[in-house]
Amino acid sequence: MNAFDYVRPASVAEAIAAAAAPGAAYLAAGTNLLDLMKGGMSRPTRLVDVSRLPGLDRIDHLPDGGVRIGALVRNADLAHDGAFARAYPAIAEALLSGASAQLRNAATVGGNLLQRTRCAYFYDVASHCNKRQPGAGCAARGGENRLHAVLGWSEACIATHPSDFCVPLVALDAVVEIEGRSGRREIALEALHQLPGNTPQRESALEPGDLIVALRLPSEARSFAPHARYLKLRERTSYAFALVSAAAGLRIEDGTIRAARLALGGVAAKPWRARGAEKVLVGARAGDEVFRRAAEAALAEARPSGDNAFKIELARRIVRRALALAAAGTPARVPALPASPFSSAPGALHAV
Amino acid sequence: MNFSISLTVNGVRREVGLDDPRVTLLDLLRERLHLTGTKKGCDRGQCGACTVLVDGRRVNACLALALSQDGAEVLTIEGVARGEQLHPVQAAFIAHDGFQCGFCTPGQIMSAIGLIQEGQAGDDPERVREGMSGNLCRCGAYAGITEAVIEAQENLATPARRRSA
Repeated sequence: MNAFDYVRPASVAEAIAAAAAPGAAYLAAGTNLLDLMKGGMSRPTRLVDVSRLPGLDRIDHLPDGGVRIGALVRNADLAHDGAFARAYPAIAEALLSGASAQLRNAATVGGNLLQRTRCAYFYDVASHCNKRQPGAGCAARGGENRLHAVLGWSEACIATHPSDFCVPLVALDAVVEIEGRSGRREIALEALHQLPGNTPQRESALEPGDLIVALRLPSEARSFAPHARYLKLRERTSYAFALVSAAAGLRIEDGTIRAARLALGGVAAKPWRARGAEKVLVGARAGDEVFRRAAEAALAEARPSGDNAFKIELARRIVRRALALAAAGTPARVPALPASPFSSAPGALHAV
Repeated sequence: MNFSISLTVNGVRREVGLDDPRVTLLDLLRERLHLTGTKKGCDRGQCGACTVLVDGRRVNACLALALSQDGAEVLTIEGVARGEQLHPVQAAFIAHDGFQCGFCTPGQIMSAIGLIQEGQAGDDPERVREGMSGNLCRCGAYAGITEAVIEAQENLATPARRRSA
């Protein structure tokens, strides 16, 4: 780990001033950043510790029916907040399907949004990586790339965004509140993460000094609660990143889909909202015929970036199954194996 | 740059001077306070061997910057027994053969104590396994670990029965 200065600002304004300098990085829990610093992938010269900034650790249910989540709320606390989990069950399920209990206890909402890719070549500092060193080339492109992107990738970068949490968030139109040098602003979460293009080192719409202070969900997001699921395929049952995942929310009246939300994870450099698929779903009778067409629409633009054509078909199947599970109804309690395609019966072994 | 932080470790308040901000909570416990029960496995948040409770919550000490923990209460494996009386989770690990080589065991036990306090798993082995998935055991003692966690949870829930047993 490189040497760095450590500062602990007392206010958001102080934090922004301290973090606007070149080489500075915000530190919240550090569950991603310290890992990246130990490996030399991130080498900040100054850490601005925002973990104690007052007022950023609250979950406020708003009078208009929405919810505002402070950036320092811990992932586990959000997932286990009863009122939140009832209103946004797919988000709670996604949170509980990510990382381990220890990491969820520490990791923050804001940090989850800004976590870096898990591309093995990004992590291997001996490899060429355009994210770490713009212009160096992409070792993943001709490397071991079965886990890489099938949507929105470029020749410069085929990495995926690893977050589970962001997938239902982007489906439900989450908004990010940002404080920066020029004051407060907000942007759709969908516009926070950026596709690589020719500048994969630029991963988000944030400017130097920008601090995410909160995340908001609009009131409409809770209307999907009765039919909302997150489904995630992994290479082991727990404590693994998504190979592909899908968040599905449906509003169904008398068997007809009145509104639909769908987003995919593990397929692109950002959580992937599938608006084309949503259009296919609205107005149709809920059932496998339309779910199949929606899955085709969701992956219509997909193409392999290497040895990963299988992910396109896997993603179609995960979409169909997530929609079928959502249509069947949100379970009263998050399943024992959150977001897992393996059904679990009490007392059953999941090592199959 | 020199820093000073205050921690309560296993009930004892400690003032710790740090000459380098890079020290993790794990290295502070092991190298500065000589509490080597907390293990350094992967040092990257993947194995759970370094699990401790910080303000009552289980976390990976390897991914926590020590400076950032200023003022926290930390519980490590050295602090869970009462004198010669083992913590119910420790006793259950012995009763159910919840380990072989023992390297992951302090982390497993701290994680189990955290899991039981969180109260999400109950006596469902599937939920216990899922809740313990952040702790790897290279010897593969998972079956015994799961049994131990469930028994310890029951014993902690009904202390009267444990005393009469």
